[in-house]
Amino acid sequence: MTPLDKQIPVAQTITATGPDLPATRLKVCDLSLSYGDSRVLSNITLELPGNRVTAFIGPSGCGKSTLLRCFNRMSELAPDCNISGTILLDNDDIYARSVNVAELRRRVGMVFQKPNPFPASVYENVNFGLKIQGIRKKRVVDETIEWALRAAALWDEVKDRLHESALGLSGGQQQRLVIARTIAVRPEVLLLDEPASALDPISTLKIEELIHELKREFTILIVTHNMQQAARVSDYTAFLHQGRLIEFGETEKLFTRPSRRQTEDYITGRYG
Amino acid sequence: MHCDNRLGRWLHSDTPWIWLNAGAVALCLLTLLGILALIGSRGMAHFWPADLLQAQVVHAGQSRRVVGEIIRHEQVSVRRLQQAGLTLATTSPRVGRTLIHGGNRELGDSDYFWLLDSALRERAYPDQLAVFERTRWGPLYGYLRGVSEDGVALQGADGDQARLWQRFERRRQRTAALRQEMEQIESDLLPRLVRRLERLRHQQRPPRERSALTQEQQRLQQRLEELRRQAGRDRFQVELADGRIREFAMSEVIRAYRPNGMGPVDKLKHVALKLWEFLSDSPRAGNTEGGVFPALLGTVLMVLLMSLLVTPFGVLAAVFLHEFAHQGWLTRTIRIAVNNLAGVPSIVYGIFGLGFFVYFLGGRIDALFFPQALPTPTFGTGGLLWAAATLALLTLPVVIVATEEGLRAIPTSLREGALALGATRAETLWRVVLPMASPAMMTGVILAIARAAGEVAPLMLVGVVTQAPGLPVDGNFPYLHLDQKFMHLGFHIYDAGFNSANGESAQPLVYATALLLLLVILLLNLAAILLRDRLRARFRALEPEL
Repeated sequence: MTPLDKQIPVAQTITATGPDLPATRLKVCDLSLSYGDSRVLSNITLELPGNRVTAFIGPSGCGKSTLLRCFNRMSELAPDCNISGTILLDNDDIYARSVNVAELRRRVGMVFQKPNPFPASVYENVNFGLKIQGIRKKRVVDETIEWALRAAALWDEVKDRLHESALGLSGGQQQRLVIARTIAVRPEVLLLDEPASALDPISTLKIEELIHELKREFTILIVTHNMQQAARVSDYTAFLHQGRLIEFGETEKLFTRPSRRQTEDYITGRYG
Repeated sequence: MHCDNRLGRWLHSDTPWIWLNAGAVALCLLTLLGILALIGSRGMAHFWPADLLQAQVVHAGQSRRVVGEIIRHEQVSVRRLQQAGLTLATTSPRVGRTLIHGGNRELGDSDYFWLLDSALRERAYPDQLAVFERTRWGPLYGYLRGVSEDGVALQGADGDQARLWQRFERRRQRTAALRQEMEQIESDLLPRLVRRLERLRHQQRPPRERSALTQEQQRLQQRLEELRRQAGRDRFQVELADGRIREFAMSEVIRAYRPNGMGPVDKLKHVALKLWEFLSDSPRAGNTEGGVFPALLGTVLMVLLMSLLVTPFGVLAAVFLHEFAHQGWLTRTIRIAVNNLAGVPSIVYGIFGLGFFVYFLGGRIDALFFPQALPTPTFGTGGLLWAAATLALLTLPVVIVATEEGLRAIPTSLREGALALGATRAETLWRVVLPMASPAMMTGVILAIARAAGEVAPLMLVGVVTQAPGLPVDGNFPYLHLDQKFMHLGFHIYDAGFNSANGESAQPLVYATALLLLLVILLLNLAAILLRDRLRARFRALEPEL
């Protein structure tokens, strides 16, 4: 526990409520972020349960992707990025000075909006993270790669072309390959940044089914601009607007009985 | 805007633009092809056995015989000739004249001379007229009249040219074999002995260890004398253009042939022979004849060494500028400065190389590692390594710019992908960014090779010489002699074309050397392009066309 927890006023803490609330994995405390002079996130505070899917929704530019990139410290790659507040992963401050960022990113994997396989074979793509981890044993590597590809529901499609270029796969296959690559290093949290926005409906469906499967093992955070998708895949939903967290709660409740007017306006399509 | 007339419509269509662009491309291509055709045709003339002319020249009522090779023919205005002091009895404003290479330079006749067409009578191309290529004084033109040994004419061959030529060929081959042995002693065995002696002297060993070597040296020198005497035994007689018969030493002849009697097959064989000599032999007669092998080897070695030096430095600098440096005004300034370095005159690089590499670095190396050889410099004088380093400096901007271009083209998403998997920045760089930027690096190297292989001016200051004592690569440890001075095709062109006493006779060689230099650059580039294509195939679809 860091002393920061105690400083947070109770009134501002928005916590999901429900009968069988699982243990909290991630805690965001008073997080603010700005690029130079422009403020992107303001005083975000929320607690995310483990082994659940949490969706971040909101209009374009509301900061939902930026927030997601804070969980694995990718946002700080941009020049003149200022971050204040903390994020706790299992009660450890990920912004602490002693944190090894590379290790954090292994624990918190990320899949991007556009499929970004490396220009190498399917096998080498999944192997990349393992190599970085120093895992060299052929048997372990082969087993892990098969497990990851099966878990990403891609194995049957690529098992005969493991050593062909990943760039020859379709967009949907590439995105599932990227998911396989990410889970091969056994992260604890998966960040999905609009993972299906560049895909066709069938590929999107496959990715959504995959998310259902994966939440058994991983805590999943997903950013999406598609509200139907958020409603379909997530257990919890956070609605952001202009860098502020407006509402956070169980998906079913948020979509049927939103407690805030802004949320209702957004999900009913009155703006955004 | 609407135009009714056809011209207006045409002007507003795409057609004029396309024609303009195509015209520009065609002009570039034509210029390039023109240069290539000129160099190619003039260069190949160096190898082709041209016919030999025999004619009577009538001048001031007197007639004399000339023989020689027709170099070129031109029309010249009578007025110009009159101004030069010639009196001509002609009414036409222009007359033709022919430049003839008469050879026999040591005999006092002028080597090249112009003759008016009107003065040339009884033109003929006799089969027996022969060319004798010699180690010095250029070619000899004339009729073979006899072969002698120790001053005694060999009998039984008078009048029978075929028998005489057979005898001549046998003798020539014998002296050629002797000459080869002499060459081996002079350029290989003796220098090696001298080097060993030198080493022993530096180690300050007792003299008796050296005496065996000294004896061997004396033995070789005696053998050399003996060979020289034997080679000088055979002589041959030639009837010259003016009818005199003169005697020449067989040992000076490299080859003899009768071009007028040669069929096309023989001529092609001759061309192949000359080409091989050109590529594999050392130059002779002050670089105006013979081969260019040392220059060819020097050029290729220097360019390869330069590529090895420039690639790591250029890539490292580009990676720092693009990946690690804060992109502020300082980085921008450095980038502009690097780009402008490419515009610095190459001679400035030569001067810098002389001051920094040769005198400063070389001097330090000598003082540290080769103090026993001082005051004779080892690395403190121009050499292969310093020339390559100077050219590496010269081509550094090209490699930096091309590599940075390649780094810029790699999508951010791939870097993020690697980082998000727990790779550090260094790992991302090594495993993702640099492999993908490798084709761009190769582009930089290709441009660097193209620039470096043709550069001459800076090299004159840092290690290129007109005649190198030895090759930079040989059988003696350490096999590659980075400290040695070397020859270079570009400098060879300059030296043969502008520094030789006999510019006209060196001209074909200059063209042939230029052609060879172009071919070398082409081949080096082709090798680099093939390498790049293989790299590119691996990263297809993500690599931008450069």
